[in-house]
Amino acid sequence: MDLFDIMLSSITIFAGASQFVFLEILGYQAPAWSIVLGVFAVNFRHILYSASLGRSMGEFSTMQKFTAFFFMADPMFTSSEHRASQQPLMPAYYFGFALIQYCIWIVFTYLGAAFGSLISDPQALGVDMLLPIYFMTMVMAFRKRKNWFPIVVASGIGSAFFYHFVGPPWHISLGALMGILAAVIMAKPSGFIGVEEDDG
Amino acid sequence: MVDFLNTVDFGDNLWVLIIVLAIVTYMTRIGGDLVLSRFKSIHPRVDAALEAVPAAVITAIVIPPALTNGPSAFIAMMVTMLACYKTSPIISMVIGMGTLAALRYFGL
Repeated sequence: MDLFDIMLSSITIFAGASQFVFLEILGYQAPAWSIVLGVFAVNFRHILYSASLGRSMGEFSTMQKFTAFFFMADPMFTSSEHRASQQPLMPAYYFGFALIQYCIWIVFTYLGAAFGSLISDPQALGVDMLLPIYFMTMVMAFRKRKNWFPIVVASGIGSAFFYHFVGPPWHISLGALMGILAAVIMAKPSGFIGVEEDDG
Repeated sequence: MVDFLNTVDFGDNLWVLIIVLAIVTYMTRIGGDLVLSRFKSIHPRVDAALEAVPAAVITAIVIPPALTNGPSAFIAMMVTMLACYKTSPIISMVIGMGTLAALRYFGL
């Protein structure tokens, strides 16, 4: 894989997990279809993301919406969901944030590809935990949502279970499904949307 | 060209595969909205499920790295979580990263 392929990946795919899965399966000398399947599996959560966030995109034109979804990486999704729970999600906010993330991703891809071998011990700097720690703050940012605690507990146990018995990347989709299932079970069987729902 | 049934060779034109992966990724990013926008009203249970998506997915992402990267990572994650009750996400993140670096510096 040369610099061109690496840069092309970040520019067109723009998904950390996809690109890591791509590299990992590429390393196994596996057939190309298994890479496509692996990337689909690890991205399955994005289908849930767009179903969820699409509901908050009332201020977006169709064109803006379909452009916006290209940039919907995990941090983009979580920050937009959080924003939408406080005030209407505006295209300016979304694309401003998206552009910053996209530029950072591409610049760091280049720096990593060009100078990555110079970092002797990335672990000592905590680089490996930067994203998990960020995501932990996002989990906590949603704590005022309905049934947050049982959802997080179910999802966490599910994730650990599937990580151990099925293996990555399935723990993400299957683990999350446990949390979502908990939410569905605990939801009131009747009632109308918008009458008593008030997002924290 | 990339033969999709056979092993990828580094000599292949990898860009074809990369473009396919980009399309697959984009399809997943619009898929949920395309399906959902076909329905006029949303059942309360479906709404509850979608409300749960962010916390459920992020929790599932976060658990393995918190449990499999040694005591320093686990403690740093717990500290980050507790910090979130007291301060903003950004400050909590700085506290978490600082805790991690300190613990690793002392060999934990």
